[in-house]
Amino acid sequence: MSSFRHIYTLFKKDLLLELRQQYSFYGILLYICATVFVLYMAMQEPEAKVWNGLFWIIQLFICINAVAKSFLQESRGRMLYFYSIAGPRDFVLAKLLFNSLLMVLMSLLSLILFSLFLGNPVQKGPQFIGLVLLGGWSLSLVFTFLAAIAAKAQQNAAIMAILGFPIIIPQLMLLMKLSNTVFNYSNSIPFVTLLLIIALDFLVILLSVILFPFLWKD
Amino acid sequence: MYKSWWKILSVVLLVYTFTAGILINVPRLPQLQETIRNLFFHVCMWFSMMILFTISFVNAIKYLRTGKFIYDISSRQYAAVGIVFGLLGYLTGSIWMSYTWADPNNPAYASFSSIAREPKLIGAAIALLVYFAYMVLRDSIMDMDKKARISAVYNIFAYAMLFPSIWILPRMLPSLHPGGEGNPALNFNDIDSNMRLVFYPAVIGWALLGVWITTLKIRLKILKEKKLIK
Repeated sequence: MSSFRHIYTLFKKDLLLELRQQYSFYGILLYICATVFVLYMAMQEPEAKVWNGLFWIIQLFICINAVAKSFLQESRGRMLYFYSIAGPRDFVLAKLLFNSLLMVLMSLLSLILFSLFLGNPVQKGPQFIGLVLLGGWSLSLVFTFLAAIAAKAQQNAAIMAILGFPIIIPQLMLLMKLSNTVFNYSNSIPFVTLLLIIALDFLVILLSVILFPFLWKD
Repeated sequence: MYKSWWKILSVVLLVYTFTAGILINVPRLPQLQETIRNLFFHVCMWFSMMILFTISFVNAIKYLRTGKFIYDISSRQYAAVGIVFGLLGYLTGSIWMSYTWADPNNPAYASFSSIAREPKLIGAAIALLVYFAYMVLRDSIMDMDKKARISAVYNIFAYAMLFPSIWILPRMLPSLHPGGEGNPALNFNDIDSNMRLVFYPAVIGWALLGVWITTLKIRLKILKEKKLIK
């Protein structure tokens, strides 16, 4: 029971930090706007396949930027403080929860901007929104754990990209394959692929809970 | 002597692979013809790579459980030799491919972009990229204890994420590569019974050779570390 309270408190702390120093939130927002605007300048109305590819690649970069700071912002002294008041599992679960929320929000915002600027070839709206939420969630989970590794290695976000891209390719390929079906009414969404992505997400959560205690010790 | 039986076995099996693999009677299929003999070399490289990466993964787990340095050294060396086998797999594959898949009217490299889409090639590329990233991560950390722990965590995470996806993905995408359904070359109807007599020993022989090379590298590394401490 106390574990839930710990997670909730740590989650609330991250949320409050975000609300008080809003520069990071607006920073990411500006990043999304600028990227989409550059794409709009480069190509006005891309066809469905290009639109889909661009959308997921942009999601990937947004995710790296949004999630990277989650562990890097914690100083050594503060980590020590968390170590004394909460377990590593609660800590990583709170981070996963917070980053999922952040990334889901950012995915939705970028979807809105994408359809405003680059046209909207999506024919099955609700399904695609669901897919975007799922995709944002999957990306945030994987990159949260990699951010923890990068922070422990005392490296910047560049190493996160090196570590993360090969691991995320299969999930990204599945997501693109799924979202290719929403551009046409006649296609149905393959259910097995959907289940596979969800299973991979739970695998990531499980691995983070098992492996984070080893990273945490210093 | 009693400890080196597996080294002798490896040499005997590989000598058998090279002689029998080139001499036995193989079914002559359209397209493949004599190139089918590459099965004893190309497919075995990938099997050995996976076996070596698995040993590396097990050593990473052992390191986290015990904290003994020897497991960290083993984990790294097995990954390095696994990468070498992966590259050899690409090399033998590209020879095979240039006789079977490539458009004979153009030079082989002109068909590259259409062949590189092959799901099996993507899977193998992901595996190699992950272990290259592992090497980069190791080199980026100075502190020895920290290096060992963080890279072991990454090794376990990457292995657990990677292997389901490279076993599942190729089965979901269209492919030219044989063995799309089920396990390549392990299926009962897949290969000729004559060839199986060579193929299984070849896999064991190549994997043992990989392990042998790695044990030598581990011993060399330990000697170097000892010199540093002195």
